[in-house]
Amino acid sequence: MSIISAKDLCLWYGDHQALKNINIELSDRNITALIGPSGCGKSTFLKTLNRMNDLIPGVKITGDIRYEGTDIFSNEVDVNQLRKEIGMVFQKPNPFPMSIYDNVAYGPRTHGITNRVKLDEIVEQALRDAAIWDEVKDRLKKNALGMSGGQQQRLCIARALAVQPKILLMDEPTSALDPISTSRIEELVMELKEKYTIIMVTHNMQQAVRVSDDTAFFLLGELVEFGKTDDIFSQPGDPRTEDYITGRFG
Amino acid sequence: MRNRFDEQLFALNREMIEMGAMCEEAIASAAKALTTGDMELAAKVKRNSGVIDQMERDIEGRCMKLLLHQQPVARDLRVISATLKMITDLERIGDQAEDIAEIVTFLNGHTMEGMEVIEEMARRTIGMVTESIDAFVKKDVELAEQVIARDDIVDDCFSRVKCDIISMIAEQSADGEFALDLLMIAKYFERIGDHATNIAEWVIYSVTGTHKEG
Repeated sequence: MSIISAKDLCLWYGDHQALKNINIELSDRNITALIGPSGCGKSTFLKTLNRMNDLIPGVKITGDIRYEGTDIFSNEVDVNQLRKEIGMVFQKPNPFPMSIYDNVAYGPRTHGITNRVKLDEIVEQALRDAAIWDEVKDRLKKNALGMSGGQQQRLCIARALAVQPKILLMDEPTSALDPISTSRIEELVMELKEKYTIIMVTHNMQQAVRVSDDTAFFLLGELVEFGKTDDIFSQPGDPRTEDYITGRFG
Repeated sequence: MRNRFDEQLFALNREMIEMGAMCEEAIASAAKALTTGDMELAAKVKRNSGVIDQMERDIEGRCMKLLLHQQPVARDLRVISATLKMITDLERIGDQAEDIAEIVTFLNGHTMEGMEVIEEMARRTIGMVTESIDAFVKKDVELAEQVIARDDIVDDCFSRVKCDIISMIAEQSADGEFALDLLMIAKYFERIGDHATNIAEWVIYSVTGTHKEG
């Protein structure tokens, strides 16, 4: 079942068209990898899904994106609520300069949860889901900036999970991490699939193969090919996909 | 990085051509030793079997390195995995040529002179091995399919040899041991045809990504 569908989606930054007639349906509780060379539109597409591009001046969007059947560009859509349900984790870990606990509690607090017991429950569950609880449970009051890069990224995932999203958007979530931290994030992502839909931009082809169920290949703003990851990486249908994943360009 | 990978794949092709050529020579020499009774040639086939075994290990090592270093996907992955399968078939072809050469040493003066069908089997299987490797190097699916189709002719040759042997036994024109040796030799050639067919099927997989049915 698809949770997100895009129909004839086009996006311009001023005169530059960054997305060209994107049509795609992303499955619920699945990991979708978005791949393609720099500037191909994959991060733009990712950010469009929770309307992060609204914040960029000069952006024009045509076409349609539906989240659980609702047009996300409709005037009736509460953008804060949309971003609560479609959370985002960025390339570089960006914890707030505050305690580990407050980082995770930040989202629930902004959505009106003040009850201490309830907040404690949410923080613990989010940290457990992000596979970092055992490492931080004894130092929740310590500043998050003192954590390692890999821990910070898992904290950011916990922060995104704390508002109970349905979809997690990840923009190259391991590109700034060492191999061990990368491996932990990849394992975590595969565990999170049980509860969440994950859409992940990655430049690491092997990561896409290891982690994702489906892969979408973008090139020059177009969605060239979308399908099962095993098929895309064993028998790509489009020669441009084959040339990209085998390193002949990009 | 891609250039270096292409160079390594090119080197892999070259090694496959060399291993294929060694196998062709082994079959041809074994067949010649059969018809001429040349013991020295039979001994050479046995010696070269070790060289073919070493080539298998070398190519296997190169493939493992490529898998480790390049983490190939798509066509590159299929070519390397198909190569790993094909060298096993080539190594078996080398073994079977060696088995034929070994029988030559037990023939006690008998030769295959006049056994045109066995000569035909040798000729056909050499052609199948040559063309299956050629199809791999040129990524030629049509040529691979021709190789597969030609296996039926080799199988047919084997049936004809079997009938001839039954007649020889009935007419008592050959002793039992020689008749059995003949049957073994024909069977080895028939198996070489099967291995060449396997190679051709892997060529089709490496190019198209799908296995040929049957």
